[in-house]
Order: sequence, then structure tokens, then C-alpha cells
Amino acid sequence: MKPTAPDKPAAAKPPAPHVDDHAETSAANARSGLILFFIYLAFYAGFMGLAAFAPAAMGRPALAGVNLAIVYGMGLIGGALVVAAIYMWLCGRNARRFHAEGGR
Amino acid sequence: MIYETSWTAIGVFAFFVAVVLGISFYLGAKAKSASGYYAAHGQIPWFVNGVAFAGDYLSAASFLGICGMIAFYGYDGFLYSIGYLAGWIVALLVIAEPLKRLGKFTFADALDSQFNSRGIKLAAAISTLVVSVFYLIPQMVGAGALVKPLLGFPQHYQGVVTVGLIVILIVVTAGMVSTTWVQFLKGGMLVVFCAILTAMIVNRGLTVRETSAADFVADEAKVLPATGDWATLKGADFRQIEAAPSQVRVQRHYGNEWRLVQSSFKQGGQTIVNGLPQGNGPGQTDFTPIGRVVELPAGGSHTGSLSPAGYLSTLQASRVEVWRSVKLKDDRGVETSIYYPLVVRGEELLTPGGSPTFSALRTNLYAEQDGQQKLSWPAVWSKLDFLSLMIALFGGTASLPHILIRYYTVKDQASARKSTVVGIASIGFFYVLTLFLGLGAMTSGRLDVTDNNMSAPLLARSFGELPFAVISAIAFTTVLGTVSGLIMAASGAVAHDLLANFLRLEMNDHTKVRAGKITAVFVGLVAIVLGILFGRLNVNFLVGWAFNIAASANLPSLVMLLFWRGTTKQGITAAIFVGMIASLAWILLSQQCYRDVYGLPPESALVPFSQPGIITIPLGFVVLVVVSLCTKRK
Repeated sequence: MKPTAPDKPAAAKPPAPHVDDHAETSAANARSGLILFFIYLAFYAGFMGLAAFAPAAMGRPALAGVNLAIVYGMGLIGGALVVAAIYMWLCGRNARRFHAEGGR
Repeated sequence: MIYETSWTAIGVFAFFVAVVLGISFYLGAKAKSASGYYAAHGQIPWFVNGVAFAGDYLSAASFLGICGMIAFYGYDGFLYSIGYLAGWIVALLVIAEPLKRLGKFTFADALDSQFNSRGIKLAAAISTLVVSVFYLIPQMVGAGALVKPLLGFPQHYQGVVTVGLIVILIVVTAGMVSTTWVQFLKGGMLVVFCAILTAMIVNRGLTVRETSAADFVADEAKVLPATGDWATLKGADFRQIEAAPSQVRVQRHYGNEWRLVQSSFKQGGQTIVNGLPQGNGPGQTDFTPIGRVVELPAGGSHTGSLSPAGYLSTLQASRVEVWRSVKLKDDRGVETSIYYPLVVRGEELLTPGGSPTFSALRTNLYAEQDGQQKLSWPAVWSKLDFLSLMIALFGGTASLPHILIRYYTVKDQASARKSTVVGIASIGFFYVLTLFLGLGAMTSGRLDVTDNNMSAPLLARSFGELPFAVISAIAFTTVLGTVSGLIMAASGAVAHDLLANFLRLEMNDHTKVRAGKITAVFVGLVAIVLGILFGRLNVNFLVGWAFNIAASANLPSLVMLLFWRGTTKQGITAAIFVGMIASLAWILLSQQCYRDVYGLPPESALVPFSQPGIITIPLGFVVLVVVSLCTKRK
């Protein structure tokens, strides 16, 4: 009888691939990312357009006495974090779906 | 301006450098393999990597350049903040995870993952080198500008050499592990201390300052004859007077009166400032510090503590004194630098178009010519220049090699994503702070009229010697961090992509690391030389160019590889080369290069505006698609 190899210690096993490394989850994440990207791009393009072609509009008060240029600019910076948070949530949801469907 | 050597600053600075080098030597012992040297074994925790992103990204240009631009011109500096941060959305949503999935050490690995093409390896390695070197130049220039006054060096090159040698030591000792931890510490400290400084700014509020460097002078002063530029339209608002025997000063015309302004020129190897030799001794003088609120909206002289929104809205309704400069040459060839104040409404300062760089934003596309409204081409080119820069900042972040390699220091795609979100949070928070730091400096009464790069440290000095020392030391480690990240990216490109993969040299783990370290020394020395040669160019402008080249060379290939199955290896190689060469050529043929580098008349430049991205990024996409279609396998 051929001797069997001794069991490898648990630590030596290759780590299980993260759920995101599965093709289905990656593709779902990429789709979510692209949708959010185009939404953010539209806001960024709006900012560029206003600054380049309607700078006077940027000087109008927008919020708490602060003008549109500052509010829009801060909005784009804060908006990036909001988009990032939504993306994280969507990726989490994609991973949960993958598990719920049996982790094919 | 002459800066007194601050021993507190030197002490804090020496402490920071000692800590950074200590980390490098300690962690160096743990990074012997290629995977350890180039990718920190892929074991950096995602939170640390996220803050290290901030450390990598918040360069000297971000910190010193943006604060300085806001302090002198208002909102326009904040345009860079917005563009730099928005670029992270491309990194997070489009690039981060696929890049991590496909690559190993460098972004050439990711591009080449499906093809095993030597052409792609060569193109990606060259583009990494070119972008890294272009991005290194402003960092080294900024380092020299910062260290010179901090340590009391008389020459700019001494600062550049000091920074270069320390960075080479960091990179050679430990590679990506120590670079990452240095970035983490630096990024964290930069954000925390800038937040503290911002709290101090809004708590201090706004104060009307009466003192001004511009003043009247007695009518009987002798007016000198106008020659050279002084006799042209450029010099029409200025005149030279003999304020006292052999004391030549400059006046500017304001409404109905002539007022003294600040000026300097060289005479017999000596710098004459405001009519006297520059210095701190008897019979000598120096530039008067600037930056003040002239009138508050509710009257009075002090607002007291304000909320962040209250600070902005109050400044918007105030009147502020800002300084502009012009250089005039007389017929003997003596060039006088003139600095003169203008009182501007806050609402003008807080809308786009206040700086020379973006002044065309306030011009109309149509101008009256021969009684008819006609399209003004200079206005069209200027607006395209602005749009091009904003597009390059948006697309360039996710194409910068030293940012891309950071995706290989974490263990998986989820960590890449989480670390990017941490990066966005810390970088975004910092960029919000830049507006307050810049405006705080603008009204601090401490600015150096000759150098806006020193605005942030001088703002800190208005709160005391210790804040100045800490902010200066952090600014210095900012330069160290970014430069070491860039040198790491360049050394990976040469050793891993060029030597091992393109030339297929037999290299084991040990020799690969040694090749990387030798490259790091070489690139570091090149950076020192270029930092000295380009010492007079505008730091923020150079960074804008680096973003343009990165976006033009790398973005089309990265995006199309991920989203178009028809992409071929020939398409990627051609897109990288064409994007890189076209953007470089455009920059070298631009008005800025003609004027600032070659000393030629800017009107003779061959391209109509200086930022190439709006043309060369789409060109990269078109080339990739056309070449891929032509080389598609049947």
C-alpha cells in the first residue's frame, strides 16, 4: 500500500480565494462601478462647463452665504466619498448574492 | 525674502528624518526578496495602504503649490484640488480591482497579462520612466525651495541634493515596505496637522490689518527717465523715482496718485530691495510681508471666531489686498521685479479665473470686431486649455505609476478597493482643508511676496515657531515620500519590466532586487540633476504636464484592455507610444515651453494651447482601436 502523505498543517494551505476574485462578482462590481463612474463624470463635466462658459453663475450665493463655485467644488470632493461608500455597499451586496446563490 | 534659520524647525526636521531613516533600516532587514522589495509581499493592511495612498499622492505640489496658489489668487488653486481628487473616482471605480487581479509588481504586468508581448513590456516600462521623471522634476524643485529657507542654505541646489540623497538612502535600504510605512506616517501627519491648523484659522477669524507695504511718497521725489520696458504699454503704470540720494524705488499709478510699491533688482552682484541692499544689517532692508483684509462686511476690525462656512461667506463679502508682479527691463538690461498691491472684492477671489493661469475663464467667447460679434480664437484656446487640464487631472491619477504599484502591496481586490476608499477619504478631507489653509495664508500678513510656495509654512509661522517647525518638517517628509514612491516605480519598471521581462536576462530574486536598487540610485541622481536644471519653472504647472503625459500614455490602454475584447497587443503598444510621444511633443511645442524653457517669443509656438490632454487622450483611444482592428486575428 502506498504510504499517504502526512496532512499539511492548516497554515500551509493556500488561502481561499476572496469572494471578489470570482469572475461573476468581479463582473458585477465592474458594472456597478461603471454606472457610478458615469454619474460622477456628469457632475464633474457640469462643473467644468460652468467654470469655462458661465463663470458669473459660479459667483452666485448657493448655500449658507457661500457661492456656487465653493459649494459645487466641495460637493465634488464630498460626492466622491459618497460615491465610494455607495460602491462599497454595492460590492457587499454583490458578494452576499454570490453566497446566497451557493457561491458557484 | 530672507528667512531666519529656525533651530526649532531644524530640530523637528532632524527628528522626522531620523524616524524615517530608522524605519527604513529596520524594515530593510525584512524585504530581501523581489516580492518584498517591489510589492511589500502583498501584505500591507488595507487601511495603512489607504493612508499611504494619501502620502504618495499629496505631493509638494499639492501641499505647497495649491496653498500658495490659493493664497495669492484665491479659488483657482482649489480647481487643482477638485481635479486631483476627482481622479480618484476613476481609480476606484474603473482601474483598482482589475489592475490588482491582473498584475504582479508593475502595471506593465497587468497590461501584458493576456498577451505576453515584449512590445507592451517595453512601451509600459518607458512610459513609467518618462512619467516618473516628469513627476520627479517638480518634487525636486519644490524640495529645494522648501529646504533652502528651512535649513538656511544659500543655494537652491543644496536643498535638491540633500533631498535626493536622503531619498536614495530610503529606497535602497528597504524598498516598498519602508516606502509604504513612511507614506502612511507622512500622509496621516499631514492630514491631522492641517486639520489642526484649519481649526486655528477659523478660530482666529478675520482681522483688518492697517499696515501696508505700499505707501505714498513726497511729491518732490525725483522721477527717473523711462527707458526700455518702462516706456512701453507694459510699464505704463509704473515709474522709478529717487526716493533718497541713490535710493531707487518704484511707484505705481493708482487712480489719481502715485504710490510706492515693492521692487528688487540686481546691482553689482547684490540684490537691491526697496531701494536698499537686501539684508538684516544696518542700512539694509528686506521685502515687507504681505496679505491682509482691508474691510470686513459688517465693519469693525475683527470678526472673532467663525464657523467654517462663516469664514468663507465673511471673506467672500470682505475686501482683501492681494499682490501681483511684473518684470520690467530698462535699456541697460537691468531687470526690475515689481510687486504691487490690488484691493479685490472677496467674491471675485472666490470664483474661477482670478489667476494668470485661468484668467481667460472670465473672457467672452465672442468679442466685438469691426462692429460685429466675432468668435475670439484666443478665448477659445484658453478655455480649451482649462478643459484639457481638468480632463488630464481626472484621467491622470489612475495612470500614475507610483499610484498604480500601490495596488500590489495589498493581498486581494477587496483590500485594493477598501484602501482606495480610505485614500479618497483622507485625500478629499485634505483638499477641503487646502481652501482654508490658502485663504488663511492670504489674510495672515506673513506671506513672502516673491515666493508663493512658502505660503503654507509661513501661515503656520503666524501661529508660532512650533507649528512652523512641524508643518515645514511634514512638508519635507511629503517630498521625501512622493519622491521615494516615484523612484520605486521607476526602478520596478527598469529591473522587472525592461531587464527581466523585455531583455529576458536571467535574474534570480537577489539580482532582481540588486538591479532595482542600482536603478534607484541612477534615477535618484537624474532627479537631482533635473531638479537643479528646472529650478525656475512653476511647480504646479509641471505637475499638470506629468498628469497629461500619464493620462495620454496609459489611460487608453488600461481602460480598453478592461472593457474591449478586441484589444490587441499591437494596439496597446501603439497607443502607449503615440499617447506618450504626442503629449510630450505637444508640451515641448507649447507657449509655456517657448517662453520659460527656450526663451523664445510665445507667439511663435506651434500649438495653440499648452495642456495636451484634450487632444492626446482621445488620440490614444483612436490609435488603440484602429491598430487593434488592423491587427485582429481572423
